[in-house]
Amino acid sequence: MSSESKFGEYGGQYVPEALMPAIEELTDAYERYVLDNEDGFMDEFRERLRDFGGRPTPLQRADRLSERYDREVYLKREDLLHGGAHKLNNALGQVLLAKYMGKERIVAETGAGQHGTATAMACAYLDVDCEIYMGRTDINRQRPNVFRMRIHDAAVNPVDIGSGTLKEAINETMRDWATNVEDTHYVIGSVVGPHPFPRMVRDFQSVISEEAREQIREKAGRLPDSVVACAGGGSNTMGAFHEFVGDDEVDLVAVEAGGSALTIDEEEGLAPHSASLSTGDDGVLHGARTKLLQNPDGQILESHSVSAGLDYSGVGPELAYLADEGRVTPVNVGDDAALEAFHRLSKTEGIIPALESSHALAYLEEHPDELGDLVVVNVSGRGDKDLDTVIEESEKRDLDAAPSMEVFEGEQ
Amino acid sequence: MSSEIEAAFADEPALVSYVAAGDPDAESTKEYVRALVRGGTDVVELGLPFSEPVAEGPTIQQAIRRALDAGMTPDRYFDLVAELREEVDVPLVCMTYYNLIYQYGSGEGGADDGREGPEPFVAAAAEAGISGLIVPDLPVDESDPLKEACETHGLDLIFIVAPTTTDERLGRMLSRASGFVYVQGRLGTTGARSDVSDDTHGSLDRLAETDLPKAVGFGISEGDHAREIVAGGADGIIVGSAFVDIVAEQEDTADRLEAKARELKAGALDGAPDLPEPESK
Repeated sequence: MSSESKFGEYGGQYVPEALMPAIEELTDAYERYVLDNEDGFMDEFRERLRDFGGRPTPLQRADRLSERYDREVYLKREDLLHGGAHKLNNALGQVLLAKYMGKERIVAETGAGQHGTATAMACAYLDVDCEIYMGRTDINRQRPNVFRMRIHDAAVNPVDIGSGTLKEAINETMRDWATNVEDTHYVIGSVVGPHPFPRMVRDFQSVISEEAREQIREKAGRLPDSVVACAGGGSNTMGAFHEFVGDDEVDLVAVEAGGSALTIDEEEGLAPHSASLSTGDDGVLHGARTKLLQNPDGQILESHSVSAGLDYSGVGPELAYLADEGRVTPVNVGDDAALEAFHRLSKTEGIIPALESSHALAYLEEHPDELGDLVVVNVSGRGDKDLDTVIEESEKRDLDAAPSMEVFEGEQ
Repeated sequence: MSSEIEAAFADEPALVSYVAAGDPDAESTKEYVRALVRGGTDVVELGLPFSEPVAEGPTIQQAIRRALDAGMTPDRYFDLVAELREEVDVPLVCMTYYNLIYQYGSGEGGADDGREGPEPFVAAAAEAGISGLIVPDLPVDESDPLKEACETHGLDLIFIVAPTTTDERLGRMLSRASGFVYVQGRLGTTGARSDVSDDTHGSLDRLAETDLPKAVGFGISEGDHAREIVAGGADGIIVGSAFVDIVAEQEDTADRLEAKARELKAGALDGAPDLPEPESK
């Protein structure tokens, strides 16, 4: 079996020559182990995901949301995966693959820290050295995950350049990889980067839609009218969509971070949002041609989202392709709506969702009628890591939905 | 047919000097290029700054940041190149990342004129007086559209050979390279180092039979490095971070750039094993 490097015009392999032999080696390993299950790689991966990771995750009917929106709402509970996010599916797959390839060292970048945590966890589990790059801004807003990475014995390297978020962390990890490429594998955290990463990460994540498709048929007796997932780089998105792409009757809705506004400040070189799929232009970044937030010269803009995990100026090339083809509908919701959705799910369903996932839930609140009678929302991760941000941002906005964190009920 | 860049390597070991255009401003860049040429620079590699320079180490990353903050854009870059060409007679090579090339002319006002992909950039570069391109994030595998545009407009497309490059890849690169072969002296990113890597010698040995000039970059900062590399079979050296460090300090910048270039060029000449006797003119 072979693997194409492009999705239409998107994708490709735009990396420094020093990395190309490693990418060719990885492509070969991907085709043999992942696509052809050589040496039983995929069997071992599935078994470890089950025993270590806790798969399958439930597809839960959300009773009060179903009532609220007067339709059947199901939640795919990736927050219940070991580590608290879908990220383990990919991290475990890639660290295991690196071991099959004989690599001794893992490097990874992380934004919200979930991918870094999952990679550190997988490395501890499979006994491989691990080094994580993380932007300074993200380190400051995701402390719990920084501690978790270090507790798993990973080195966490702060990146001070630029806005200190995911884009800069990716640049720095690529530099490390280019220096140590002979014994090191770069575990990219999303469906981005040069081929074969977008396909490979999607394949590791597609267990989400594989399970969800079976579970919804069992529970509701049919396929859903729509599947809703948040999209930053797009790994939970592609994971939740992949097995439904061939089901034309299922709408696939990718919810991006609308941030504080869908504008662009060209003077400052920043976009106060991260909606590259719905508003970006075609360009080349981090190894792939895809949709990017950039100025007319091609300089990449700094992005923004209240959710560190969505704060990225690009998006996976396959999502860019599926959006162009009309198969995936890109939409977006703002920071405020995401924060409200965070509190709503916590209160009404007893689930604290990641701020990333809160974007998907906010879209459900704003546009329930566009999603049909049977809706699956991917809860990509749990929100423990976001508590500091949520408390601070909710207070800043005087959000009605948020409880006061300073006064206890009995003291009022 | 030998290109202007190849000709710059013809008589003696060449010094290829890099500065980031617009660091700290366009006027200073002109002054620095003049100083580098006075010091013996044979080819100037003029960086067009991109916001995500993944192949660069800290020194050049910071230079690129300064240049972007000072407002450098592709159009201002081409103006700068055109002005420089009136003053210096060494070939100018543009080093930049693919997104800037790809995006040029396809942004606002550009997409509707029917020109897409890298051609508008290459046309503008040729018109300004650029002789060749180095694009570190464009491996040979993705280079067809750019190579075609370069052939149309008479520019050399220079490929980087890494220590990890396989023989199969090397063959593909050499079949389409022109100008010179950029030999990456070591794995990693750009930046001054205190020694010459064994990787350099290995790569030069592999390229011994190649007709194109071979220039080594990544890590060279002193005359002694230049001597060793040329003695090892290189036709030239490429120096960036050592110059950019001087630019960053902003003290007697032009004089120090000239002196550094002179030291490196002298080292390169020293290392040349058997230069032909100078012809009487």
